[in-house]
Amino acid sequence: MSPQNEQGVRVVIGGTIDIECTINGEPVAVETEVRRSLSDVIRHEVGLTGTHLGCEHGVCGACTVLIDGKAVRSCLMLAAQADGADITTIEGLADGDEYHPVQQAMHDAMAFQCAFCSPGFILTTVALLDRKPDATGDEIKQELSGNLCRCTGYQSILDGAAKAVELMSETANPPGQPTADQASGERSDV
Amino acid sequence: MKNPKFGYARPTTLDEALDLLASSEDAKLLAGGQSLLPVLALRLGSPDLVVDIGRVPGLDEITLAADGSVAIGALVRHAEVEDSHTVAGYAPLVAAAMPWIGHRAIRNQGTTVGSIAHGDPAAEMPAVCLSTSAVMTAVSARGERSIPAADFFDGFLTTALEPDEILTKVTFPPWRTGDRGAVVEQARRHGDYALVGLSARVHVTDGVIDEAVLAFLSVASTPVRVAAAEESLIGSAPSTDAYALAAEVVSNNLTPGADVHATANYRKHLAGVLTKRALEQALMSEVAA
Repeated sequence: MSPQNEQGVRVVIGGTIDIECTINGEPVAVETEVRRSLSDVIRHEVGLTGTHLGCEHGVCGACTVLIDGKAVRSCLMLAAQADGADITTIEGLADGDEYHPVQQAMHDAMAFQCAFCSPGFILTTVALLDRKPDATGDEIKQELSGNLCRCTGYQSILDGAAKAVELMSETANPPGQPTADQASGERSDV
Repeated sequence: MKNPKFGYARPTTLDEALDLLASSEDAKLLAGGQSLLPVLALRLGSPDLVVDIGRVPGLDEITLAADGSVAIGALVRHAEVEDSHTVAGYAPLVAAAMPWIGHRAIRNQGTTVGSIAHGDPAAEMPAVCLSTSAVMTAVSARGERSIPAADFFDGFLTTALEPDEILTKVTFPPWRTGDRGAVVEQARRHGDYALVGLSARVHVTDGVIDEAVLAFLSVASTPVRVAAAEESLIGSAPSTDAYALAAEVVSNNLTPGADVHATANYRKHLAGVLTKRALEQALMSEVAA
């Protein structure tokens, strides 16, 4: 969350500001109006339209991106604040043609209908499982309560997130291999 | 909506930030932005100058003093407070408030001190500050001063901060043996503004309550205490009857407003229910450090 660019900016009134950051591993430099949100810069100036804008004031969660691995509302951040930040958008999750496990799990669960909200739900889930790889159903529900979906009634999305927990634990601990906890002789449930 | 036009500056020292703040009639500080940016996006405010203090050094620490008090700097994110062992151990009521604040994505960016400086009566931290007798440190070019939480929240989104002052840190006094507390609220959806909430702290000596603070959110233009209910608890042993009496006094004394989400009577009733719930939670568990 602490962007690396420590440089100050003198007063800019009604003008533009130069921003350098990393988006999906690629260095990005843009000149933009100071009042522009990070979400608008990602969509309109960088051209990554996978970040969706629903409410534009922090309620719906559709615009969620990862900054240094943490979920953040990109509509509630000025692009100027993200100067120097390491940003991941929905376009940065898949590895070539291979889905990220959370994307794969959501796909398998047929989690979404119109999918307008999907980038936000998926990135929020990625951030949650990064923090809590074995998140429980309640934890998933609580975390995803900050994202709105107007199609599904949420159950399919929660199913998808639960599937993602399974899929990622299989990837981390392939069947037949002892888990780190088992190998060290410690129980993981205490 | 899109933000209105404003000037932007990003100082890298506190002195520079103070100069910038004093340089404009209508400057606004930006830390995490989770309160300011919705205000801008909805065009409820249109400052001349936004002073982004995000890169000012020395404001991003949680510090534990020798006496057990915990100070939270202006740039510490809610999520950092939520994950802090220091806060969990030495300022448990602050830790208890964190899961109620918005959602994790909001807490990753929003700052705890920023939420206090914003002075939203529906926010959790102002009520927690009241119930813990937190002390605000305000700095301006004229110097530094301390403001007790009881004198800080003046009105709706209005605090005792002068326009040229920055709230650099908030200090929570030591959590003593015998202190018990809970933060509870009811919202239509977790993370939404609470219909009613409260931060309760009681102190128990030899099985008797000798101090009680009940600070409510979302019931007035500032966080408010209900002195009569607090007094009703003093001298009682923790018991269902004592909680029920305090709850009744709360319901009778609060004068919340009505809106599309809840009537005033519903809020009064809810405040009583939550009072009982908070006291049960506080006095059942050993949250004392």
